Order: sequence, then C-alpha cells, then structure tokens
Amino acid sequence: MNGSLRRVWGLVYRHLALYRRSLPRLIELMYWPILQMVVWGFITAYLAGVQDNLGSVAAGVLLGGVLLWEGALRSQMGFSVSFLEEIWSRNLGHIFVSPLRPGELVAGLAAMAVLRTMIGVIPAMLLAWFLYSFNIFALGPLLVAFFAALIIMGWAVALGVTALILRYGAGAETLAWSVLFGITPFAAVFYPVSILPAWLQPVALALPAAHIFEGMRAALTQGEIAWGHLGAAYLLDAAWIAAMGWVFMSQFQAARVKGALLNIGE
Amino acid sequence: MSQALIVENLVKSYTAGRAPAVDGLSFAMPMGATYGLLGGNGAGKTTTIAMLLGLLVPSSGRIAALGHDMAKDRFAALARMNFSSPYIALPHRLSVAENLRVYGHLYNVRNAEARIAELARDLQLEDLLDRPAGQLSAGQKTRVALAKALINRPELLLLDEPTASLDPDTGDWVRTWLERYRAQTGCAILLASHNMAEVERLCDHVLMLKQGRVVDEGSPAELVERFGRGDLEEVFLDIARGTRAEAAQ
Repeated sequence: MNGSLRRVWGLVYRHLALYRRSLPRLIELMYWPILQMVVWGFITAYLAGVQDNLGSVAAGVLLGGVLLWEGALRSQMGFSVSFLEEIWSRNLGHIFVSPLRPGELVAGLAAMAVLRTMIGVIPAMLLAWFLYSFNIFALGPLLVAFFAALIIMGWAVALGVTALILRYGAGAETLAWSVLFGITPFAAVFYPVSILPAWLQPVALALPAAHIFEGMRAALTQGEIAWGHLGAAYLLDAAWIAAMGWVFMSQFQAARVKGALLNIGE
Repeated sequence: MSQALIVENLVKSYTAGRAPAVDGLSFAMPMGATYGLLGGNGAGKTTTIAMLLGLLVPSSGRIAALGHDMAKDRFAALARMNFSSPYIALPHRLSVAENLRVYGHLYNVRNAEARIAELARDLQLEDLLDRPAGQLSAGQKTRVALAKALINRPELLLLDEPTASLDPDTGDWVRTWLERYRAQTGCAILLASHNMAEVERLCDHVLMLKQGRVVDEGSPAELVERFGRGDLEEVFLDIARGTRAEAAQ
C-alpha cells in the first residue's frame, strides 16, 4: 500500500474502529432509511387501495425515490458527520499536524460516506422487497449508476458543509443534518421537474439529483434508460465536486491563515 | 551540527491594526537539543507552535523544519516530526492499540505493530493496549499521548505542557523518559511549559517570550545568573512583571 492510500486507510480504520465499538451509532445509520421506507411503503399501499391503476406506478416512483434519495442523504451525512466526529473527539489537531494531505482527508471521509450509506440503505432496500414486494434491485446495473451519482452529489454537498464548518466552527454543524433536506423540493425526488414552476425548473436541472430521478422514473414506468439524464447527472456531479472542492480548499487555507483550526470545536 | 529548526523573522497578526501575536521571532535549534519556549499566557507560545506545525500560516517570516520549508513542503517535514499536547485528545472510544494503529497508518510507519509493541513495552502500556483511551487516568493518557508522538520515531518533537496535571512521581517519570529518549535518538525537542523546574532540568536553551517577542534567551543557568536570581521561576516572574531592569542591577 503506498503512503497516500495508507493514510486514507488510517482515517477509515479510525472510524471503523469507532463503529465496531458503538452499537447505537450502527443502529442510527439504519434507523432513518428504514423508517422512511416503512412510512412511504404504507403511503403507496394506501394509494394502491384508492386507485388500482395508479398503485403500482406510485409504489415504484415513491419507494424508488425514497430509497435512492436516502443514498444522497446518507452520503452527505456520512461525510460531514465523520468530519464532525473528529471535532467532537477533539482529535482534529492531531489529524491536521499529521502528514495527511487535505485531499487524503477528503478521500477518507468520502470512503466513510460510501460505507455508512451502504450500511444504512441496503437493509432498507431489502426490507422494501420483503414488506412491499418492491424490488429496486430489478433496475440492475442502472441502480448502481443512479446510486453512485447520488453518492457523489452527497459528497459535493458535504464538501460545502465541511467548508462552512471550517469557516464558522462547530456552530455550523446543524447544517450536516439539514442542508440536503432543503434541496429536496428541487431535486424532483417524488415528482417530475415539469411539475415545478417554469422559473424553478433550471434550478432543479442544475442538480444531479433531478436528472437521476427523471431517469429512475423513465426506467420504472417506461422501462427506458434515459442516457441523456444519466450523462447530465454525472457531468453535473463533476462540476459540483470541482466547485465544492475548490470552496473546501479555499476555506481550509483561510482557516490556516485565521487560526480557525486551533479552536474549531468552539 | 545540522539544524532541526530554523525560524527567521516570524510574524503573526490575527487582526490588522492590533499588536501581532508573534512579532519577529528568530531562532535556530540544532539536532539533539532541547529548547524551552517560555512566557506568560498570551505571550505567543501556542501561536508559535501552531505555525511550526503548519496549523497556522505566518503573516511573514520563514520556518525550515528538518531542512524543509514549511511554506512549500510541510508534509515532508510533518512526516518526520510529531507533537503532543494534553489539550488535544485522542478518540476516547478507541482502544489505546487502535489509536496507535491509526497514527501508525497516518505516519506511514513500517511494521507498525512491532513499533506499537516496542512503545507499549518502553512506556509501560502493555496492560492498557485494549482499554478505551477515554477510561485512562491522566498519567496513563500522557503516556499514550507520548506513544502517539513517538510512533514515527520523530527527529523533531514538539511538546506542549507534557507534564501538565500529572502528579510529581508521574511527571518525573515522563521527564526521565524524555531525557533518555533524546540521548538515545538524537531527537530535537521543543518544549512549551509553565513548569520552570521541568524546563531547568530538560532544556539546553530557553526562549523567553513576551508579547510575541523574544525578550531574553540562553541556557537556564545563564538566565538565572544574568538575572541574579535563585532559579528560573524567579527569572520568569521578573520578565512577566517587567522587573527585569531592577533584578539585573
């Protein structure tokens, strides 16, 4: 293992060791995705009872939306909360004076985001199959493509949140839980972009999530692969990662100039 | 003798228009030496250490650690340095061994498990390796923090209050251990401490800071003699209270 990979692994190992010793943390990872899936599962069951021909469509669109959106939410929170864990344990000083480069810190947090997302969302997906006979795995490789794009979007948002924590200290930590919920109305998770007012549609289409969910609806309701939306999602992911990466690095450097790394926990 | 640390005209201003926290600090510390950074609260010690570790960017001036310019090549220097402070914790829920393993990876230590076993033997941590770091006593935590600081066999060690809150016996044990470690490895140590007896015992050279400037320096014995005082604590009080001129007369 080369030095850079080893340092990234060191950071990942630190969090894996933490989770190994903390059952409440593990349960918390699975709690919200399962709860969301159960609630939306009952809603789709209710809709299916109200109008038969809408039921199966609603089930696919709503449950698929819930499960995939949880991917983005858990990815963003996984990244941001892993960074906050270092602040809460007052360990950040040791991390920043080690040879761990900022890019390696980001890679370690991104890897933890993927692991936390898998632990949180896969049980919910399996439970949706068991409880509501909704098999999101039927999307096959497309599911991986959608899920990966949303995880990358979660990283981009988390980079922005982490930059704000570097800028404003731990006082900005509530953003780690709330920021992506604020994007939900524009992400077209449960309805098409065309439902939004015309002036809001460009905002939605600037988000990778809107393209992913348009693609998911095309796949679930028409059996089509919307390559245009999939490509747009990945291009937007790249643009958002580049932009938020720049914001993160700028704030990291600004924190080194202002001395914010010395009292970031306050 | 090669220099572990070269600091030239180091200045740090946090706010324009206010007095700098560090104002024109210069010194050179050779390999194998132990230097003390002394001063009252707000004298600039923490700011200086933060700049030496790359946590803080100086407003001006230059730092070369182990031959690496900290402005351009800080990660190469950081791989050969380490730091310990009682004010920065290790993750409490991780065991001692897990904590040391994390830093073994971060510092890319070859054969990290053997190094952890060696440090555990040297620092009497063998029975603590499986204990969560948060359940240790202050003395045990200090020994674990030292193990973390030595995991990469640093050539330059920065210690902030290494014996703060320790009982006299444990404090003496840590000081003896540091003396032996320096003698065996030739490591350079920069020590910030408010314990003057500790500084007199460990340091070859002391930098007295006040309002971000070096107001006096020399070996502890030289400073005591120059001020006509009985020990370094009295010298410190003279400098802190501004009674140096009277004392020197």
